[in-house]
Amino acid sequence: MLDRTYYDQADEIVKRYGKNERFLIPIMQDIQEVYRYIPGELLTYVAEQIGVTRARAFSVATFYENFSFQPKGKFVIKVCDGTACHVRKSIPVKEEIMKILGLTEENNTTADMLFTIETVSCLGACGLAPTMMVNEDVHPNMTPQKADELIEKLKGGEEA
Amino acid sequence: MIHLTIDGRSIEVEKGTTILQAARSAGIKIPTLCYLEDVLPDGSCRICVVEILSSRGRKSLDTACTAMCNEGDVVETMSEAVVDARRKTLDLLLSDHNNDCFACRANGDCKFQDLCVEYGVEKTSYPGEKNQSVIDDSNKFFTYDPSKCILCHRCVNTCHEIVGRGAIDTMNRGFQSVIGAPFDTNWGESSCESCGNCVQACPTGALTMKRRKKYRVNQIEKKVLTTCPHCATGCQYYLIVKDGKIVDTEAANGPSNRGLLCVKGRSGSFDFVDHPDRIKWPLIKNKETGEFERATWDEALDLVASKFMEIKKNYGPDALAGFACSRSPNEDIYMVQKMVRTCFGTNSTDNCARVCHSASVAGLAMTLGSGAMTNPIGDITQNADLIMLVGSNPEEAHPVVGMQIRKAVKRGAKLIVVDPRDIGLAKKADVHLKLKPGTNVAFANGIMHVIIEEGLQDEAFIAERTEGYEKLKEIVKEYTPEKVGEICHIDPEDLRKAAIMYAKADRAPIIYCLGVTEHSTGTEGVMSMSNMAMMVGKLGREGCGVNPLRGQNNVQGACDMGAQPTDFPGYQKIMVPDENGELVPNEPMFQKFEKAWGVKLNRKPGTHATDCFPKMISGELKGLYIYGEDPVVTDPDTSHVIKALEKVDFFVLQELFMTETAQYADVILPGMSYTEKEGTFSNTERRVQRVRKAVDLNALHPDYDIRLDTDILVDLMNRMGYPQPPVTSADIMDEIASLTPSFAGISHARLDSEEVNGQGLQWPCTSKDHPGTPIMHVGKFVRGKGWFYPAEYVPSAELPDDDYPIILMTGRILYHYTTRAMTGRTPELMEIEGKSFIEMNIVDADKLGIANGDKVRVSSRRGSIESTARVGTKVSPGETWMPFHFPDGNANWLTNAALDKYARIPEYKVCAIKVEKA
Repeated sequence: MLDRTYYDQADEIVKRYGKNERFLIPIMQDIQEVYRYIPGELLTYVAEQIGVTRARAFSVATFYENFSFQPKGKFVIKVCDGTACHVRKSIPVKEEIMKILGLTEENNTTADMLFTIETVSCLGACGLAPTMMVNEDVHPNMTPQKADELIEKLKGGEEA
Repeated sequence: MIHLTIDGRSIEVEKGTTILQAARSAGIKIPTLCYLEDVLPDGSCRICVVEILSSRGRKSLDTACTAMCNEGDVVETMSEAVVDARRKTLDLLLSDHNNDCFACRANGDCKFQDLCVEYGVEKTSYPGEKNQSVIDDSNKFFTYDPSKCILCHRCVNTCHEIVGRGAIDTMNRGFQSVIGAPFDTNWGESSCESCGNCVQACPTGALTMKRRKKYRVNQIEKKVLTTCPHCATGCQYYLIVKDGKIVDTEAANGPSNRGLLCVKGRSGSFDFVDHPDRIKWPLIKNKETGEFERATWDEALDLVASKFMEIKKNYGPDALAGFACSRSPNEDIYMVQKMVRTCFGTNSTDNCARVCHSASVAGLAMTLGSGAMTNPIGDITQNADLIMLVGSNPEEAHPVVGMQIRKAVKRGAKLIVVDPRDIGLAKKADVHLKLKPGTNVAFANGIMHVIIEEGLQDEAFIAERTEGYEKLKEIVKEYTPEKVGEICHIDPEDLRKAAIMYAKADRAPIIYCLGVTEHSTGTEGVMSMSNMAMMVGKLGREGCGVNPLRGQNNVQGACDMGAQPTDFPGYQKIMVPDENGELVPNEPMFQKFEKAWGVKLNRKPGTHATDCFPKMISGELKGLYIYGEDPVVTDPDTSHVIKALEKVDFFVLQELFMTETAQYADVILPGMSYTEKEGTFSNTERRVQRVRKAVDLNALHPDYDIRLDTDILVDLMNRMGYPQPPVTSADIMDEIASLTPSFAGISHARLDSEEVNGQGLQWPCTSKDHPGTPIMHVGKFVRGKGWFYPAEYVPSAELPDDDYPIILMTGRILYHYTTRAMTGRTPELMEIEGKSFIEMNIVDADKLGIANGDKVRVSSRRGSIESTARVGTKVSPGETWMPFHFPDGNANWLTNAALDKYARIPEYKVCAIKVEKA
């Protein structure tokens, strides 16, 4: 059971758009922006508010790769594995990050809820390949070593 | 109009017609997999692809279900390119399809398999990875196997667009796509109602009924088209027979169900038929041991006839009474009332409408002249701009009507729900008036107050077609929204809003059910419904009317057939007012029936069923014949009913099962179910539809000795000295037609004819060439002028007090039908809902220290039972609700037998109780 603040937050988001089924996607985006994932119970709640069945809401949410029902870390790292990044060795970057954070494909969020690693198909920044994003920041021309340093910095920032 | 050529044939169609529709109208077959009629095309399967040469010379392949006809199009449906494209599509579908057809329940009944055979696709040219999703076997009645799913979305579109439930959808994307319930739960845990309409829509073996394990398509001996025996929607379906046994059902495209069924119809309508619990031979109770002993038919029938004749001789004919069964065919009911009138010599015949919709029959007859639904189901769901639903929960009690209302709302029709509970449809309503139980008259008067205040009444309609308006106007003047808000516990603004919406809508039916009738003021509640409709002129035209949803499959018919103490068949009155307004016997009517039946008839009106029980206790009524009713379970105040049945001298029961009531019988005569005989049922919209024989239990079980119910009645009549020749069901309908003007045009032959084309006939149907009457009161009320009944609000008979502070309502749930004599014998339905419960508000529960799921003791002045609490906000504080299906805690030990003054209907919907933690 989620605490009351979640529902208040959802009410506020629904109010922003109006109770109409066509606002399902922007409402889900806003929820994800607040919580970095979509709590399942909250999707059920807003679906009922705007007159969408749970099944339809879940169908839409699972259609888009971007929506997640799993809680994500404070820093969501999106490693680009589009063609340009791939040929310029994005995979070793990703593997390095996963190694130092102890993550796998299935278990991609650290236990301290600090980091989540994901692969995306193309960030549209092929000139900067291999590239990755940490939340809203773009990190160009990555190497495993640069990734190491970045993770340390992020950890440090957190500790400080 | 648009002109085009399909396969060389010139075709003219309306603008906006798809190529598929155009081809079908011309009889040209285009294969489809995902296409669903009446739903926007999905366009996903690509099988209906055709080659289109446009007038501008452009050639293209396009799906016929989505492509609109354009002027001058030349369409080829089987060109080389088309066949090649279809073959490739099938090949690709097969690449991710588990083609182990040998082990598939749909083998031989698979549209995908048929097309692969037709197009010569035996195996895929694209072997590779296949989707590995797991089989979902969690639903009680069907299985989803994703490995056989072609993602045509027919199931999803059926569930969302036609059934209106939306329990399932396509989850994930691309290769991972799978049909399922939300949040990775399974179907069994989802909001799925198990109606199985998705299964019938599935073109492959992805969704299959579990019953399919027991038969293969080519083993089907016959499919018998008949009418569902549960609620009065009158769904048409096939009983699937293999080796003389019913193994499954299949929905038919009937006029009221339009190809749909609910869970009870599809899955709970035949397990009881060949069930070991059936009474297999006549039984006579041994007076000394109290045990039932097997008897021959001669012994049993002789005993019954002689006992009844003895009572008649000693105490007069009115010491006898006979109730007909609202679940049996019209022909059987007609014979019961004929036996009671000709042999018993009394008018004391009745049926269980007495305890459900007798208030509708009486009330609407008084105000409009005919006590039945005014408009057809299809009309009030498809043509309505607004639906006013009062005291009715069709999603559970009339599920296929509920599905059609959900579809109407989805289409954009407005919905006003007037119900004390948060029923499913209340969530979809534009206004939900969550009124206090028993305050319907006040609510209706409030609605009319606002209508007059706003000047929205239809003055022309009132002046031309009605009487009594001025008097009603005086009464409703007092019912301001504020006053009504206080009585009904609703917001006056909501009442205003509802009244204005209803009055302003062009086409707006009132649909109501037992929430209106089952009160000590039930008849007045019903008349308040017709008052509202007349005030705004919403009667006698499309998409309007006053529409009681009748309860049982043939409760309309039981009333039509004259199983009523006050009416001959077809509501031909026993008593009519003379010139002074005094009620006197209707002599011409008596003479007509005396001439036809050849005996002198009793002029005295009979005793209503609900008044029979007190008369048994007082000793006035000494002999009782019941055909297929179980009043110990269904009637209010159980201990009072039991006392009456123990007291009555001689009690005969014609039944299928050893019901609670059967324990008190002296003789039990085993009859036959609806699957074992011919006949007709009249559904809630007055539509007479056929019931057809599918099986013969005596042939299946040589030791059985059960008889056709009408044969039992004929034999009894002869033994009681009435010369009734043997008759078939069709003969009986001919006799009914000859004596009942509103049925004059109805016969089995006509119902089976091409002319009727499976649509049944809606009475009044006054001659062999009369097409039946879908909408009543067009131009003129049956009564002449519609009468505004001046109804004042009177509180319920038993109100909460310090000792019993809570109101109890009773009702039905989706998965069972009344006493569960039928649905209780489908184990899966019992697994879904098998126990009594009581819905309580969280405020009351907290005060009483009761948590959700706790065992509770529920008591009224009449009895005390145990049940399980369901705590929430579905009911308001101070109110509770219980189903009456379950013997562990049957709500009728608690209910109050306070009767309505006109219809003698009991107040099931309001009694005072207390709840304690058990």
